[in-house]
Amino acid sequence: MNSLILRTATPFLVGLTVLFSIYVLLRGHNEPGGGFIGGLIGASAFATYTIAEGAEATRRALIAHPIAIAGFGLFIAGLSGVASLLFGDAFLTGQWWFPAFNPELKYLSTVVLFDIGVYLVVVGAIVSIIIGLEENR
Amino acid sequence: MLAALLSPFILALFAPVVRRFAGPMTGWALALAPAALTLYFARFIGPVAAGETISFSTPWAPSAGIMLSFYVDGLSLLFALLISGIGTFIVLYAGAYLKGHADLGRFLMFILMFMGSMLGLVLSDNVVTLFVFWELTSITSFLLIGFNHDKPRSRRAALQALVVTGGGGLALLAGLLLMAQVGGSMELSTLLADGDILREHPWYLAMLILVLAGAFTKSAQAPFNFWLPNAMEAPTPVSAYLHSATMVKAGVYLLARMNPGLGGTEIWQTLLVLFGAVTFLIGAVLALRNTDLKLMLAQTTVASLGLLVFLIGLGHDIAIQAAMAYLVAHSLFKGALFMAAGCIDHETGTRDIAKLSGLGRAMPVTAAAAALAALSMSGLPPFFGFIAKEFAYKATLDGVWPLAITGAAILGNALLFAVAFLVGVRPFLGKPGDTPKPPHEGTPSLWLGPIVLAVIGLLAGPLNGAAETLVIAPAASAVAGAPMAVDLYLWGGFETPLFLSILTVALGAVLFWQAPALRALLARMLDALWGPDKGYDQFMDGLVALARGVTARLQTGSLRHYLLISFLVLAAALTAPMIATGAAGAQLVISPANFYVWGVALLTIIGGLAIMITQSRLIAILSMGVLGMAVAFVFLMFGAPDLAFTQLMVETLSVVILALVIARLPVYGADWRGWPRAVRDGAIGIVIGGAITMLLLSITSRPLDLTLSEYFAEKSYTEAFGRNIVNVILVDFRALDTFGEIAVVVIAGVAVLSLLAFGAGRRGETAVSGEALPRDKEKAR
Repeated sequence: MNSLILRTATPFLVGLTVLFSIYVLLRGHNEPGGGFIGGLIGASAFATYTIAEGAEATRRALIAHPIAIAGFGLFIAGLSGVASLLFGDAFLTGQWWFPAFNPELKYLSTVVLFDIGVYLVVVGAIVSIIIGLEENR
Repeated sequence: MLAALLSPFILALFAPVVRRFAGPMTGWALALAPAALTLYFARFIGPVAAGETISFSTPWAPSAGIMLSFYVDGLSLLFALLISGIGTFIVLYAGAYLKGHADLGRFLMFILMFMGSMLGLVLSDNVVTLFVFWELTSITSFLLIGFNHDKPRSRRAALQALVVTGGGGLALLAGLLLMAQVGGSMELSTLLADGDILREHPWYLAMLILVLAGAFTKSAQAPFNFWLPNAMEAPTPVSAYLHSATMVKAGVYLLARMNPGLGGTEIWQTLLVLFGAVTFLIGAVLALRNTDLKLMLAQTTVASLGLLVFLIGLGHDIAIQAAMAYLVAHSLFKGALFMAAGCIDHETGTRDIAKLSGLGRAMPVTAAAAALAALSMSGLPPFFGFIAKEFAYKATLDGVWPLAITGAAILGNALLFAVAFLVGVRPFLGKPGDTPKPPHEGTPSLWLGPIVLAVIGLLAGPLNGAAETLVIAPAASAVAGAPMAVDLYLWGGFETPLFLSILTVALGAVLFWQAPALRALLARMLDALWGPDKGYDQFMDGLVALARGVTARLQTGSLRHYLLISFLVLAAALTAPMIATGAAGAQLVISPANFYVWGVALLTIIGGLAIMITQSRLIAILSMGVLGMAVAFVFLMFGAPDLAFTQLMVETLSVVILALVIARLPVYGADWRGWPRAVRDGAIGIVIGGAITMLLLSITSRPLDLTLSEYFAEKSYTEAFGRNIVNVILVDFRALDTFGEIAVVVIAGVAVLSLLAFGAGRRGETAVSGEALPRDKEKAR
């Protein structure tokens, strides 16, 4: 789209939105947020970029094919579930690691890994749809 | 025991690898496994003959009562020995029969998988386990019949067998579950120990018919007999193994197994004797009608299965002994005859009895095996088949309708006598015939199986004492559900059965002598008739036509039409319960609202009106976005920030994606649908809107159940270390649901990409892809 304002603002907007989406993803366990919402925000960032710069630019920026990112997210989510099998728990039971230097951290866990997987799936799937529609116009 | 049962499946995985390394010795290498299994089961003969039963159980899904439980008694042991013993020779035989075939490894893989399934089927104690193995035999049979998948006839036969036996399997599942429900146990041994509970229950007839549907389809009883001859499209080892010695006997096994639980009633007796006797005669007549070795044998198998079914139906002690003896005799001689027929086909290039003669000189071992098996089949002394037939006559004379059934038995046995000589003796005598390949003897792997099975059938006759105590008595006791004394004999004195045997032989000899004339007569009579095989085609064609009709009605390709149907169904689903139960109990309580609540309500109304009034699609989409934003505000105001957040993002992205889709759609100018359609669509909209409003009002007028909310609020931090309940539910408590959902998101993404690629290839028809897209986009949401 040929809009000077949009094209000027896009780099700042996109960078901030992606950063914000990761922030939302990571705070999700205790505050409003999480992988789904974070993923949707991240997708909207790339949607903005696609509208301003075109599909090809987004493809280059992402390096990997967006649907591969989604697949990787699904893989990570599955992997986080398999981890619990090693400890003799059922598939997808959350496992926490309480590091010695700060046992109150309560943050490093397979659950967070699962949420990251959700994030990647949502970003990858939606961005691939948007890019696909934009390219085939 | 579990390891023994799983071993064929595990070995099956490696069959193609073994083939690569063992080369021409593949058959010998892989035959070691069933041979070991035979020895393993042979160890149980002593304890089981002494009256013991061996059971083994390991939990599978214990919460549903499903156990991997297995049970060795006389009946299951008899079958296990037949399956693994004959299986040994079949694997060996197949290695030579398909020597050099590119897919030999895959073939042996299927055979071993089938062997494991069949063993599991006959040893299962749990009804669900039994069903699973039952269906596995149907599936492996499908794979094996369709082994020559480049031939349309094979594919048709494979599919037909799967449809018939698989359909019967579904009925069987329903019957088994009914039995489990009534008897209060999933274990057959418990259910059958007290059969009166089943027999006196009002659902008895339903159980019986469902179980019989399973057994009759599997064992090719009339009118389901048509699939078995068609299954002869499979390579001969399959016909010898699955379609004569083992799989088709699964139905007979099931009937024998259920006898203590469901048997003994008048309806059981009537149905089994009637269907069995009719099948017996049809099979025997059709066997004489054919000239193809394999088809003749297949029809005699149908006949023998009928005989077994009506013997079990007769149900008294002698009948059960006769059934068990005939079962053993049949597996031995039919397995041997099929393999011999395969040898003939393999070495001469034809199976047509009109072309085959004088092969005895060129193929002496095959000839000997076939002749011995044929003599056992025709029921001549001192073969084991003679004992089985004597006992069968003794059974018919003692049972229901003695005259009619004995008459049918004599006619059927005489026909089988004639066919036995036509198949097993005639091709080897006389002058050498005109065959596509000059006949010569096969390799030892080809004739070893037939000769061993045939010789066992010969030896078991004079040595009937051993057969009786080791195999027949335990099996018959298991079928009767109580210990039974068995006394087999070759010479029973000048009694009626002996005279009936002599009559059978005389009649059989006449039929053999007049076979060509009879065949011509039968051909003229039968070919004009409508048969179940044609019926199957008509049924399948009808099914396809019905499916096509329904699909054409529903899948019009028009998105508007799909939406119309979806909304009509939604409207019906919402309003029907309300009308049926009277008032929905809705109460409209207007609580004092803040000015910003009114503001959001106003926003909603403006968005809705704009969608209805506008003529531009883009404005309609944007107005949808406004509506969605208003809903997000509602979530925000009433304490669901996560939901509001998500709703906001989804609305934003929907507008972006829909705008991109719109850009691809053909522009029709004004989006005006005309008054009749506007009124119709408006009416549907008002009904759904009204119904949902009523639903919400009636829900809110009830006290809210907070059990779940309180549970999660309490456990969220203590057990999952998170304070955001929504997120903790998503990623921890219900993580499996989320996992399923993100898998759907990925699949939807892939689907959209493929549709786009498809649309890009057909740019001229954008309407097709353009209309398909928004639906998938909905899924992606």
